[in-house]
Amino acid sequence: MHRLLFALLALICCLARPGFANDAAPAAADPALEARMTRITAELRCLVCQNQTIADSNADLAQDLRRQVREMLRKGDDDAKIIQYMTDRYGDFVLYRPPVKATTLLLWFGPALMLLLGFGALAVVMRRRARTAANQFEPDDPALFADPHQS
Amino acid sequence: MIPELGHFALWLALGVAVALASVPMLGAARGRADWMAIARPAAGLQFALVAFAFGCLIAAFVGNDFSVFYVAANSNTSLPTHYRVAAVWGGHEGSMLLWLLMLTGWAFAVARFSRHLPAPVLARILSVMGVLSVGFLLFLLLTSNPFDRLPNPPLDGRDLNPLLQDPGMVFHPPMLYMGYVGLSVAFSFAVAALIGGNLDTTWARWTRPWTTVAWIFLTIGIAMGSGWAYYELGWGGWWFWDPVENASFMPWLVATALIHSLAVTEKRGSFKSWTVLLAILAFSLSLLGTFLVRSGVLSSVHAFATDPKRGLFILAFLVFVIGASLALYAWRAPKVGLGARFEWVSRETFLLANNVLLMAACGAVLLGTLYPLLLDALGMGKISVGPPYFDTVFVPLMAPLIFLIGVGPLARWKHAELPQLWRRLRWALGAAIVASLLTNWLRGHLGIVSTLGLAMAFWIVAALGVDLLDRLRPNGIVRTGLLHRARQIPRAMVGMMVAHLGIAVFIFGVTLVKSGEVERDVKMDVGDTTEVLGYTFTFRGVESLPGPNYRAAQGTLEVTREGKPVTTLRPEKRNFPVTGSTMTEAAIDAGFSRDLYVSLGEPLAGKAWIVRVYVKPFIDWIWGGCLMMAFGGFLAATDRRYRAKVRATQGATDAKVIA
Amino acid sequence: MKSLRYILPLLAFLVLAGFLARGLNLDPREVPSPLIGKPAPSFALTRLDDAAQTFKRDDMLGKVWMLNVWASWCVACREEHPLLVEFSKRGMVPIYGLNYKDQRPDGQGWLARFGNPYNASLFDADGRVGIDFGVYGVPETFIIDKQGVIRLKHIGPLTPEVIRERIEPMLKKLNA
Repeated sequence: MHRLLFALLALICCLARPGFANDAAPAAADPALEARMTRITAELRCLVCQNQTIADSNADLAQDLRRQVREMLRKGDDDAKIIQYMTDRYGDFVLYRPPVKATTLLLWFGPALMLLLGFGALAVVMRRRARTAANQFEPDDPALFADPHQS
Repeated sequence: MIPELGHFALWLALGVAVALASVPMLGAARGRADWMAIARPAAGLQFALVAFAFGCLIAAFVGNDFSVFYVAANSNTSLPTHYRVAAVWGGHEGSMLLWLLMLTGWAFAVARFSRHLPAPVLARILSVMGVLSVGFLLFLLLTSNPFDRLPNPPLDGRDLNPLLQDPGMVFHPPMLYMGYVGLSVAFSFAVAALIGGNLDTTWARWTRPWTTVAWIFLTIGIAMGSGWAYYELGWGGWWFWDPVENASFMPWLVATALIHSLAVTEKRGSFKSWTVLLAILAFSLSLLGTFLVRSGVLSSVHAFATDPKRGLFILAFLVFVIGASLALYAWRAPKVGLGARFEWVSRETFLLANNVLLMAACGAVLLGTLYPLLLDALGMGKISVGPPYFDTVFVPLMAPLIFLIGVGPLARWKHAELPQLWRRLRWALGAAIVASLLTNWLRGHLGIVSTLGLAMAFWIVAALGVDLLDRLRPNGIVRTGLLHRARQIPRAMVGMMVAHLGIAVFIFGVTLVKSGEVERDVKMDVGDTTEVLGYTFTFRGVESLPGPNYRAAQGTLEVTREGKPVTTLRPEKRNFPVTGSTMTEAAIDAGFSRDLYVSLGEPLAGKAWIVRVYVKPFIDWIWGGCLMMAFGGFLAATDRRYRAKVRATQGATDAKVIA
Repeated sequence: MKSLRYILPLLAFLVLAGFLARGLNLDPREVPSPLIGKPAPSFALTRLDDAAQTFKRDDMLGKVWMLNVWASWCVACREEHPLLVEFSKRGMVPIYGLNYKDQRPDGQGWLARFGNPYNASLFDADGRVGIDFGVYGVPETFIIDKQGVIRLKHIGPLTPEVIRERIEPMLKKLNA
């Protein structure tokens, strides 16, 4: 009788789950690889859902390309090789970071150029004003200059 | 019946708009007081008619009238009532009617709050706004009528896109449009002044509050869009440099430049023609944005259903409005006066440098947004320009601008001394660098980029401190009269300080979240935990719940910190049967110093799921900073000098009429 | 001249407007292929109707041929299919199908129902060959010349205009 009860108790204990909480495992097997994966795929455009990166898109093609990138990363390919793989097949359109080539020089250097032209224009105008006679200008507002903080 | 009434009201509004566009303008040219006098009532009537039409459209939505094509395309009987109202602007036609409502609303506001403007000036301003109304009414009535009927009405509608069934949807477009359309006021003031020849400091003083208020709405609208994307789109991003986002950001950059340029013009009468050009450009960019979103020229997640015929109409309207105003500018601007003189080092030049930087930034965004179209049109290939480009190009332009925010307010008008400025600010610079290094050291994260970012934020605060100290204690340590001196600071100055402080708060948030956020993608079974930055997340499983028009899989995660409970987060994956789409609803615990952000990934075997857990430090400071900027703008716009009546004599003495 | 610089904004805007007008006729979503003028990627796939037989790219060297990417789950493919069946009867060019990310029975069944214009269909189960060809949407059609170089790519369903205005002239040129 004791033995039966004991066996029953043991059986129940085996079926009951242990009470410890498990520390959740990362969804990806290799976090370092996943970090590279995230960085690369965040710069590639999904061609089906064209306003998402292949990192975010759920389209079939995006999943296929993610799988492809992961394989290439596991093989040890570097970033440049993966980017080259994508552009060989889909062209520069797939890159969210436009490559620096002859056709994109204006794009990449345009902002700096605009800044230089802007300050250049400012300098030219200032010089022109400096050469203009004083009577061409409006008089200063005395009220403004009387205020020490010139608010 | 009701849709037909709404449609009819729009036709009537067109008639009123034509009258408004022509009669007062002619009256101002000929000195006919009676013709000019119709401007105000016409603006009021126009608004009333469009508001009535808008009400009819709301009624059609709330009443589930699916015989109206637009209602059937954007609504559904199972859609909750408040979303039926929001659905009114969920598609192209309705959002154009909203635009029109705002446009006529602003015109009505100008008519109502501009009793101090001379009759010819007001007549011209309202006429220009009338021209804009005519254009939009024609566009609506000829290509985008929201009241079109379906010959065979369906039993139920196609439902509103689930992404838009959200509180943010209710407020973001109206706020944004108030801003976009509000810039038409500054535009109209500018064009009216070019026509009438009254570009002077008084004109600048009239224009400034209208511009600031439009800028406030645009700031809030953009911030709301960003916040909405953050909690709605399930992966925690808040700015994507999407073409439509850029389309709202460009007018904001130009409007910011305009506010600062108007300061120079108002105080010193200088750079009037530049200010006028900025006013034209700001609204032009609003119009360009409208075109880009609705024409199909760029691909964007925000874009409305595209139709080249509509695109052509908007483009023609764009060419007419912008072309005519720029032609007017080319003709009349050379005659505008030079204003007062100022030197190479002065507050004026610092403000103008601010303008150059903001315009370069706007130019960069425009270049990046349109470059793919440019290359494609020239047959030179197809490229994409995305966040990597904009992030690279935009930040270096902002850094010198932030530096100027500290220096500008301390510089004197007309003539400032660099050595003196350096003496006052060198401690601020030192304090900023030390504070940023200290902050980074305290959080155990020493990176060059984040140090620079923090230094910029602290620089603004420190320089602001120097300015404030100067005003409160001009003669050194004096304890008495502090409050009195504080109250003496003009409200516009306080507004400026608050707005600049808002920028510092914004930069602080961006820097800390970009350098300090942690993401964890984990497989979680019931009872599993994961720890991120001191917070412990325990997964309690997923259950199925019905919603008003969807079915949700709702997960539960308990969050604790150092053993003490913090919150329970319930992320969802919602399936909408009508459209068949699935939405990921992140669960967010917003906090002053961090956001806890959890979203469900995919279900695994058994009861386990892939869960994405983020801790984002100080991310709410991003939108908090934007709200502070908007509040600062509000303070500046309600400064006493805009609320007092303009004395006729004052207007006469400082007016410089163009010959 | 002082007035000259004031006209610059107007001129700049008109140039921009010109580009925008041109943009109305372009499709921002269309992705041109970088493979035009380059050798077709090499592949070796089994035939849809016979898993034992393999078909390689090099099998077609010396001939001009057409590769049509299709799938049984693709709705737009059904649109172009009757046209393709018609076209195949004219015998202008051998047509080979690339059955993209499909199941064998589904693919075969589809051809049985709607007609088979193909000399053979190749079974690309995981879509890798499709990726090598830069396929991003189905259907797509390629023309490959005698040296194995891709000379034309059409994205989307074929239409009579496309066949008449692009494909036939290209075939004439390549066969000359």
